[in-house]
Amino acid sequence: MHTILEKKQFSAEVFYLRVTAPEIARNRKAGQFVLVQIDTDFGERIPLTIADADAQEGWIALVFQTVGATTHKLALKNPGDKIEAILGPLGKPTHISKLGTVVCVGGGIGVAPLYPIVKAYKAAGNKVITIIGARNKELVIFEDEMRAASDELIIVTDDGSYGRKGLVTEPLKELCESAAPPAEVVAIGPPIMMKFCAATTKPYNVHTVVSLNTIMIDGTGMCGGCRVTVGGKTKFVCVDGPEFDGHQVDFDNMMMRMKAYKGREEEDHHKCHMEMEADKVGDPDAKAELSGGAK
Amino acid sequence: MSHKTKEQLGAEAVQIWNSIKDAQLSPKDRMAIPPQEMATGDPAKRAREMSEVALGYTDEQARVEAARCLGCKNRPCVSACPVGVPIPEFIACIQNGDYAKAVATIKTANLLPAICGRVCPQERQCQSACTLGKSLKSVDLSVAIGRLERFVADWERDNNRIIPPAVASPTGKKVAVIGSGPAGLTVAADVRRAGHEVTVFEAFHKTGGVMVYGIPEFRLPKAIVQKEVDVLKAMGVVFRTNFLVGRTETIYDLLDREKYDAAFIGTGAGLPKFMDIPGENLIGVFSANEYLTRANLMKAYDTSRAATPLYQAKTVAVVGGGNVAMDACRMAFRLGAEKVYCIYRRTRDEMPARVEEVNHAEEEGVEFLFLKNPTKILGDETGKVRAVEVLEYELGEPDASGRRSPVAKPGTEHEIPVDAMIVALGNESNPLMAQTTDGLETTKRGNIVVDAKQRTSLKRVWAGGDIVLGAATVILAMGEGRKAAKSINDYLAGNEEEQAD
Repeated sequence: MHTILEKKQFSAEVFYLRVTAPEIARNRKAGQFVLVQIDTDFGERIPLTIADADAQEGWIALVFQTVGATTHKLALKNPGDKIEAILGPLGKPTHISKLGTVVCVGGGIGVAPLYPIVKAYKAAGNKVITIIGARNKELVIFEDEMRAASDELIIVTDDGSYGRKGLVTEPLKELCESAAPPAEVVAIGPPIMMKFCAATTKPYNVHTVVSLNTIMIDGTGMCGGCRVTVGGKTKFVCVDGPEFDGHQVDFDNMMMRMKAYKGREEEDHHKCHMEMEADKVGDPDAKAELSGGAK
Repeated sequence: MSHKTKEQLGAEAVQIWNSIKDAQLSPKDRMAIPPQEMATGDPAKRAREMSEVALGYTDEQARVEAARCLGCKNRPCVSACPVGVPIPEFIACIQNGDYAKAVATIKTANLLPAICGRVCPQERQCQSACTLGKSLKSVDLSVAIGRLERFVADWERDNNRIIPPAVASPTGKKVAVIGSGPAGLTVAADVRRAGHEVTVFEAFHKTGGVMVYGIPEFRLPKAIVQKEVDVLKAMGVVFRTNFLVGRTETIYDLLDREKYDAAFIGTGAGLPKFMDIPGENLIGVFSANEYLTRANLMKAYDTSRAATPLYQAKTVAVVGGGNVAMDACRMAFRLGAEKVYCIYRRTRDEMPARVEEVNHAEEEGVEFLFLKNPTKILGDETGKVRAVEVLEYELGEPDASGRRSPVAKPGTEHEIPVDAMIVALGNESNPLMAQTTDGLETTKRGNIVVDAKQRTSLKRVWAGGDIVLGAATVILAMGEGRKAAKSINDYLAGNEEEQAD
């Protein structure tokens, strides 16, 4: 059992929960995730990334968007309430080393799992430029934290209500073209955003790490539900990932597989995360031209 | 074969029992006693329900079946049992009506008889060696040892006769058991009996491992597994669910910081094998592990209550010929499929599944497509499976396993329309332990290397079950658990060196 210590609502659909999880807090590293289950009789197990943690105080922070049954129920919980099961930390940690300049791109709630990675790259002595993308000002999260953790912070909104108007791929492309291009890019966000970030950096040969958040059941290397195609081979997000070389990931297949239960989730009155993102970037082909990358 | 109810079979057995119960039976008389069929639910009805299919023997059926045992002095059945259950002895107790003694006799060698009686491949173990079956020239006519084992175990449970085994006085030693499947539960029981503290770590939210996430309710009711876990709890074994050793804490954390004196790794099956054919990542292609876990552990069949969604499919194809393939086929009916194909590239004789499961699957309407193998999975414009393309085979010369190997017949490819495809071709090893435990020696295939006492390359660490054997059976995992527990107990008692080196 895990007790909720704090709850914040970032926007209509995005919530932050700080929950007790002493072992996970002690052992988690940047890039890892947990599986959360509200009801161990009939509840599903959903992967959520770890946005923050404190080993001393024994808590982790989760940021989620209300998408399916479990996230809707989680959003109704309040400080003092319990979460029955949290398994983790899962997945391989981000490989952090001193590389020079690292650009970290976060879209939507992908900004939350990016935060520990930004901190870790900074702590390893890198210059970190962070790009946060959101539909509008209301949906920008972790701004103060990111500003404090990064050398430079660029905020981009679709409607121009805050920061620069446009898409995350625009400043990313400019950085790749600059006199001092990044040694590494980390992109976390909706699949379509990661796909186009990878397409943006590819012509410049900038190594680009993406963090995938697929459907999972056990999360421990048993069921194979999370499989993705990377470099033409089947890989398992739970034990081989969640981070992969963005230039090798077959995003189209992954996005298709994530729609497997779309009908069912729509019955739960949810607004498909990815569709919103597709709306956000508009027509993918047009978007590809914009970013100057994908064909 | 006409379907007989438990009442009909029971009534027939009463008559036979009355005719033999007071007689002095010669071996010839025993050989003439008709083998007792175990009742099952009506196939048409049961294929839509999750409840257990095999209904067990009645009292008289058990006693009649027990009377068939010749009580051979050389006990070939015992030698053929991976854990050496004293089979003729427990069967003699059943014949005498002393069920309590029968179950106590089994438990000297096997702590989980209600489970093994249901899921062991008896026709390849004890029953394959049975003298009666050999005399009658069919393993199907051997004494039904598994059904008798199940009968007494169920009698004990149904009559609240289960007494947790005695636990020796505390030794002050602590043992970590990683994984709560058949290997882990066996180790937990045997090590706890010696007076050591035992904590079992389980990554899932429920205990029982493959017996809970993999083997379906209709073959092994979860209440039976829960009962075994309850017995361990009553003995003082502590269970920690939602704890993934390797990630939540490493083995080294447990041994060095948490001061466990020994650890046993029984983490079981790993990543499912796929076929590496086009279309395998389409929507509607599942590993059997995922398909069965969704249905069993996550209870997706209970659509009104379960949050885990179910993939709707009217026509389902399962590829594979083992027990897991049979489970997936039969589960598909229970999840609403109207047509289920089992695609297997050899023939029925080569199928590795238990004969009873194959028979039950056939009775329930599974259509077997032998000598065929998928070459491609085809999808519609939304990425959902619409058909599987198969190639035909014929049987050629025997291969290394002694089975006639299938030879492809080029040009025989054809499409079979399906809505879902389930791949049940076994598992690779789970990479997690090796990934997170420096110095743990594994084979090229990723299985943990152990010596004859189940000791790994790491001091104070033992391993057993599927993580060592690759995909095997419940009983083999338990056998390894027994060996490991003995070695752990010897080590903790100071009677054994830590490691072979």
